[in-house]
Amino acid sequence: MGNVTKSVLAFRNLTLGYDRHPAVHHLDGDVAEGDLLAICGPNGAGKSTLLKGIAGVLTPLTGRIEGHVPAREIAYLPQAAEVDRSFPIDVYDLVSMGLWRRAGLFGGINRADRTRIEHALAAVGLEGFEARPIGTLSGGQMQRALFARLLLQDARLLLLDEPFTALDAGTITDLTALVKRWNGEGRTVIAVLHDFELVRGLFPRTLLLAREAVAWGTTGEVLTSHNLAEARRMCEAWDEDAPACGPVSGRAA
Amino acid sequence: MMYDLLIAPFAEFDFMRRALVGVLALGVGAGPIGVLMMLRRMSLAGDAMAHAILPGAAVGFLAAGLNLFAMTVGGLVAGFAVALGAGAVARATQMKEDAALAAFYLVSLALGVLLVSLRGSNVDLLHVLFGTVLALDDATLLLIVSISSLTLVALALAWRPLVLESVDPGFLRSVSRAGAPTHLIFLALVVMNLVGGFHALGTLLAVGLMMLPAAAGRFWTRELTTLVGVSVLIACGSGVLGLLVSYHSGVPSGPAIILVAGGAYALSVLFGPVGGLLPRFLPQRHLEA
Repeated sequence: MGNVTKSVLAFRNLTLGYDRHPAVHHLDGDVAEGDLLAICGPNGAGKSTLLKGIAGVLTPLTGRIEGHVPAREIAYLPQAAEVDRSFPIDVYDLVSMGLWRRAGLFGGINRADRTRIEHALAAVGLEGFEARPIGTLSGGQMQRALFARLLLQDARLLLLDEPFTALDAGTITDLTALVKRWNGEGRTVIAVLHDFELVRGLFPRTLLLAREAVAWGTTGEVLTSHNLAEARRMCEAWDEDAPACGPVSGRAA
Repeated sequence: MMYDLLIAPFAEFDFMRRALVGVLALGVGAGPIGVLMMLRRMSLAGDAMAHAILPGAAVGFLAAGLNLFAMTVGGLVAGFAVALGAGAVARATQMKEDAALAAFYLVSLALGVLLVSLRGSNVDLLHVLFGTVLALDDATLLLIVSISSLTLVALALAWRPLVLESVDPGFLRSVSRAGAPTHLIFLALVVMNLVGGFHALGTLLAVGLMMLPAAAGRFWTRELTTLVGVSVLIACGSGVLGLLVSYHSGVPSGPAIILVAGGAYALSVLFGPVGGLLPRFLPQRHLEA
């Protein structure tokens, strides 16, 4: 693209949604490589939907996402990870799944990989939990384990959907340190967050979303009371009888 | 005395030795398959698929009599059609797999009953329903053993995505496209093991040797590999013990095998250290940390 900094993602007139109802509407913009971007907005603003679109779980209704990162270099932590907590598997094995890109379907896990797994567990403060069945973990410990898995995925683009919800201050401090470290290593991190204080402290850039982009830029300029009020006003319930959207959508079938 | 009780039946009678090989092979294949079905919350899907196989096997039987090849092919075709159809609907639409499977197997079952009634009922059809574990010929034994061997090889190859898809399907989807094909391979293995099982135990009881050992094993371990081992042991043990019970008391062998497995399940529910009743009602003092 013609940008000064190399962009990892570009949204071009992107509309994502469910049953033809847009949840993200006509979004345009670029995410630069190495960005630390927070996505904020009221409930139902399309934040999770946008991450699903980037992760490739949801196909756009119109427009497109130009990804300049191969899909295998994207790591996605959904809001409610679908982990079956009753499955008889221990923390070590859960975390080692992060090596999928390296090991794939059949590859073995060698000594260097084992060291990596140990380092990842140590980085999230889960030493000594290796043999614990995942069913015995608390919510915060589970999130730490999922972060350890993210760590092993060694991705260029990380998508985190409300990663710090329902966690205590200590856990949040530890995990935000990891996010900072990832970004310091040149990785791009996009996170959906509700805690504005956290966003102001950690994320240089913010996208304020209310189905459409209300503002996108430096966090200080985006999270103003004027913009936040605007976002709340724009985000209303979907209209069952909404007409097909303008000529650009062109898919009113 | 012990010799008469445990060894003599197999030493003296050829048909008992064949039955022994048959149930051991079935147990080795059905054990891990049952564990995965239970962990993937498909315990009842096995029952549905057994019903789906029945009409296919019956059609094969009506076309060619008690012919191993015709009945196997019929069962495989009906089973695959239902499993793949339901799997495809579940993945392509908003419908959950259990509802799709229910829809497909009910249609398959009704179709089977219709076809059978067109030709009039037949007592020999009971073979399809309840199996003939004491009359396994060479070809049937070979079929059962081949299916078990193939199952073990396929599971060894697909084990990682199978487990991963059970633990965290969302994660597997985000890192790989292996999820859907793996699931289809698994469904195919389930159908094959049920078809192998129905020659010995009948379509209805074949599920029993799959699900009961897995359900019983869950009360003894929190670890997946051990769980598979325990299930295989219980499945094979129930097979051997069931044959002996059947031999000494003259009851039909298929139901005897499943009832022994049911007994193992009951014991596990009562005494199993992982969430069994007895440990729950006899609580020990809690630990310090």
